[in-house]
Amino acid sequence: MHSTIQLNVNGDRRTAGIPAHYTLLETLRYALGLTGSKQGCDKGDCGACTVLLDGAPILSCITPAWEAEGREVRTVEGIAMPGELHALQHAFEVTGGAQCGFCTPGVLMSAYALLSTNGDPSLDDVRDALSGNLCRCTGYTKIYEAVLMAAQALKRDGGGRDPVPGDRDAAVVPAERAAGE
Amino acid sequence: MRPEELRPRQAGSAIAPESLEELAGEGAGSMSVIGRRNRKVDGAGKVTGATVYTDDMALPGMLHGKILRSPHPHANILSIDTTRAEALPGVHAVLTGREMPVTYCVIPWTRDEYPLCVDRVRYIGDGVAAVAAVDEDTANRALRLIDVEYELLEPILEPERALDADAPQIHEAGKPGRNGNITKHVHLEFGDVDAALADSDVVVEDEYFFQGSSHTPIEPHCAIGLYDATGKLTVWSATQVPHYLHRELARVLDLDVARIRVVQPAVGGAFGGKSEPFDLEFCVAALSRKCGRPVKILYTREEVFYAHRGRHPMKMKYRTGASRDGRIRAVDGKLLLDGGAYASFGLVTAYYSGQLLTAPYKFDTYRFDSTRVYTNKPACGPKRGHGSVQPRFAFEVQLDQVAERLGIDPMELRRRNFIGERTRTINELRVTSNGFLQCLDAVERSSAWSDKFRRMPFGRGVGVAGSCYISGTNYPIYPNEMPQAAVQIQIERSGRVAVFTGASEIGQGSNSMVAYIAAEELGVPLEYVRVHSTDSDMTPVDLGAYSSRETFMVGNACLMAASDLRKRITAVIANEWDTAAAQVGLAAGWAFDLSDTERRIPISEAFNIAEAKLGTLAAVGHYNTPKDVHGEYRGGTIGASPAYSFTAHVAEVDVDVETGVVDVRKIWIAHDCGRALNPVLVEGQMEGSAYMGFGEALMEEQVFKDADHGRAGLHNAPSLLDYRIPTSMDTPELESLIIESLDPEGPYGAKEAGEGPLHPSIPAIANAIYDAIGVRMNAMPFSPPNVWRALQAGGAREAWERARRDMKRTEVAAD
Repeated sequence: MHSTIQLNVNGDRRTAGIPAHYTLLETLRYALGLTGSKQGCDKGDCGACTVLLDGAPILSCITPAWEAEGREVRTVEGIAMPGELHALQHAFEVTGGAQCGFCTPGVLMSAYALLSTNGDPSLDDVRDALSGNLCRCTGYTKIYEAVLMAAQALKRDGGGRDPVPGDRDAAVVPAERAAGE
Repeated sequence: MRPEELRPRQAGSAIAPESLEELAGEGAGSMSVIGRRNRKVDGAGKVTGATVYTDDMALPGMLHGKILRSPHPHANILSIDTTRAEALPGVHAVLTGREMPVTYCVIPWTRDEYPLCVDRVRYIGDGVAAVAAVDEDTANRALRLIDVEYELLEPILEPERALDADAPQIHEAGKPGRNGNITKHVHLEFGDVDAALADSDVVVEDEYFFQGSSHTPIEPHCAIGLYDATGKLTVWSATQVPHYLHRELARVLDLDVARIRVVQPAVGGAFGGKSEPFDLEFCVAALSRKCGRPVKILYTREEVFYAHRGRHPMKMKYRTGASRDGRIRAVDGKLLLDGGAYASFGLVTAYYSGQLLTAPYKFDTYRFDSTRVYTNKPACGPKRGHGSVQPRFAFEVQLDQVAERLGIDPMELRRRNFIGERTRTINELRVTSNGFLQCLDAVERSSAWSDKFRRMPFGRGVGVAGSCYISGTNYPIYPNEMPQAAVQIQIERSGRVAVFTGASEIGQGSNSMVAYIAAEELGVPLEYVRVHSTDSDMTPVDLGAYSSRETFMVGNACLMAASDLRKRITAVIANEWDTAAAQVGLAAGWAFDLSDTERRIPISEAFNIAEAKLGTLAAVGHYNTPKDVHGEYRGGTIGASPAYSFTAHVAEVDVDVETGVVDVRKIWIAHDCGRALNPVLVEGQMEGSAYMGFGEALMEEQVFKDADHGRAGLHNAPSLLDYRIPTSMDTPELESLIIESLDPEGPYGAKEAGEGPLHPSIPAIANAIYDAIGVRMNAMPFSPPNVWRALQAGGAREAWERARRDMKRTEVAAD
C-alpha cells in the first residue's frame, strides 16, 4: 500500500515511500526524518505542525502528503543559513520565547510567514498571525516580544538571508498534474 | 576559552577583561551569571527544531504499540480473547492485564491501579489490552480484533453519590464496614474554631465550586521500551518523574532496579500531567520483553485527556470569622474532592487542600475537613499548584466578601493579616523569607489600584488576590533519609564543565538553572557548561519536577558541588600567586586577582594548574531538607517545605452585561521568588502561570456526559478544539513584577516561581468581576452563560451600588 512521493523540502528534492493516507507531517517526521515539526493533536487544532506550503502557513497534520507534491515545503529546519540562527530564532532565544519548545517550530513558521509579508507588524498583527498556534508554557507574552524584536532586526539588516534560493520553476511537478495543467 | 575566542553569537554575553573590575566588587552586583538575562542552554536546539523529544526518536526495528481502552465507565471484565489479534500478520505481541497483575501508584501507600485492568474497568478510557505491531495501522487493526466481554456496573459520576451508604464500590474498602469510595479523609483543627467564630464581629459563610481542569501540554505522552538480549530494560519516556518511574517499572515487571535504565528526553510541557507512571510506560516495557524489539507508544490527544491526573473538582464550604478591624479570627473549610477512578497523588491532594491555606495571612484558628472520593471518571492528580489552587480561589473570594462586609479596602485587609517572615503558621509550617507585602505594594502601584477599585463605571472592575506556595516538599514520596537532590560536576582540561543532574527539564529551565550556578561558581562562560540530565545510567537520583522543588533543591546541590570545586581551585591559584584564596576571582573565563585584575590567566589554564596539583577535578553535591519545619501531628509533614514563595495579582476586567462575556484586560503579577537566578525564566513562569489560571477561570470546561446527554462518563471534549485553552487572541496582557526576598536557605536566596504565580489569577478575576457588576462568581468557569445567568438572577446593580456606598462611608470615617 506504499507509494512513492517526491517532495521539495527546504530546497532539497526528497523521495519517500509512504502509505497512501500519510499526512504531510507524518511524511516529514517519519519518512524524511525532519522531526522539527511537531504533532500535538493530529487534528489541526494546536498548530505545532505548522509548515509553509509555497510560503503560506498550513497545518501539515491535516494536509495529505500528496497536496504538497510539486510545491515548496518549508519547515523550521529550513529557515536559517547553515551554522546560523534566523533573526526569529535568535529573538526567541534572547527573549525566552521558547520554554518547553514543543510549539516553537510551528509558532516560528507562522511568524516567519507573517514577517515575509509584513515587515513592520503591530502587536495585534502578531497576535492575529499566531492565533492558530497554541502555546501552553509562555502566556504568549515573550513570543510577541520575540517576533517584534525579529521584525526590527530584519528591517535593520534588509530582510535577512534565505537559505533556500528562490527556484519555484524548478519545483517538482508530478507528471499527471503537469499534464492536467 | 578566552572570551574573545568565543563565537560571535556568545561573545556579546561574555565579559571583557577590562570589565573584571566590576566583578571584583562586593554584593549581588558582583555576580557574572546569576541574576542576568541569559539565554537558556537548550534554547538553540528548541528554536531550530534540533531538540529530540521522545516521539522524535526511532530505534532500529522499532514496533508501534497501541492500547485498547474501555468504552464503559464501570464494568467487570468477564473475558478477554486476543486470539484473532495475535493471528493478524504484522502483530508481534499482545498484552493483557493478567500478565502484569501488580498494582502501582506514585504514592506507595495507595497502590490501586494496574498497568492494564485485570478484572474491572473504572472509567471510559481505562486501559484493557495492548499490542505491538509493525506500524500504527496494523496495531490499530489488531485492537479491533481483541474481544472483551464486559458486565456493566452502575457508574458513579457525582462525588456526593460516592458517599452514599448504598453506592456501588469503585474500589474495595481497606477495612470491612468502611466506604471503599472514600480514598482519603483528613480532618485537622488548630485552636478552638467554634469559640473564635462565636467571638468574631463578622462571619462570612459561602459555597464555592472549582470544576477541575486538565494540563494539556502540547506534547502528548510518549514512551519507548527496549528489553535487550542481555536482559537490560531501557525506557525513554516523556515523564517528569523518571526516578519514580524507574522504581515502579522494577516492581511491576519484577525486574532488578539495577537492570533498568530510564531516560527522559526533552519534554514538551508537563505541568503535573506527567508526574507519575502511566500505562504506556509499563506497556512498552512489557511488550518489548515479549517480542524482543523496541516498542513505541504515543498517546493520541484523546488519550491524553483520559490519562488526565488534572486538577480535582472541589466543592468547598468556607466560614471566615473576623474582628471589626479585619483580622482573621477563624477559618473553617469543608471540602469534597472528586478524585476520579484512581488514587494518583490524591492522598497528598487531600492534605494540600487544607494545609497550604495558612499563609500569607495569619489565622488565629483553623479547621479543615477534606474528603476525596472515587468516581468513574479519569483520575485526578496534581496540576500546577497541586491541591491548593481550588481552596485558594474560594478563600480569596471569601476574603473579598469579608472586606466588603467591613468596608475595608481588600488590599488593606490583606496587609493587616500579613503573617510576617521568620514565623510559623497556625498549622506549624515554618516560614522563612516572605515578600508578600512588597508583592501587594507592587501590584497596587502598577495597576493604579486606588484610582480604580470601586471607582470605575458599571461593567468595569479590578480585583486582588494573594497566595503562597511550597519550594519543594520537605519529605520524599517514599520515606528515606537519602538526599532529595544530587549533582555531579566534572571539569575537563579544555575548560569544559559537565554537570550531571537527575533534574527533569520540562521547559521550565532546570538544565539552564544548574548551568548558571556552575558557570557562576567556576568562572566559565555559559557555553562551556554542558548539562547532562535524566539518564539513570549517568546521572544521580533526583526526585523529579514536581512541587516546585528543582531550583531550591537541585540548585542547592549544584551550588555545593560547584563551590567545593571553586574552593579547591582558588586555593591552588592563590598558592601560585602567593595570595589568599579569597583574593582569587573566577569569572567570565578568567581566574584573576580581585585586588589587581591585571593579574589574570584564562580559566582553562587555572583548571590545568589545579588538576596538576590535585588530580582530576570533579565534585558531588547534594541537598537534603531541614528537619524542624513542621508540626508533630499526623499529616503535619505534608505541606512542609524549606521555603515558601508569595504572590499577589491584580486583575482588571471589562464585563459585557448583555452577553456575560468577561474581557480580562490585564493581570499584574507580583511574585516573591527569593532571588531571580535568571529574570527571563522567572518572568516566563509568572506569565505562563497567570495565563494558565486565566484559562481555567474563563475558558476551560472539564465536562463529562451523563446518561441523559450521551454516554455516561464520556469526556465531553477530549480535543484541543473543544477543550478550549487560551489562544493568543484570548490571553490578556500580563505584567510581571519580580520581588526578591533573598531566602536564607535557597541557592543565592532563590525560591520557586513555577506554580505559585498561578493561584491568585482565578480569585483576582472573580473579585474583579464583582467590582465590575456586583455579581459573586463562586462557581467556575466564569464563562458567558454562567456570568449571564448570574446577572439575570437579579440584584447585581444593587450590590454594585451598595459596595460603592459602603466604601465611601468607610473612607469618610477614616478621614
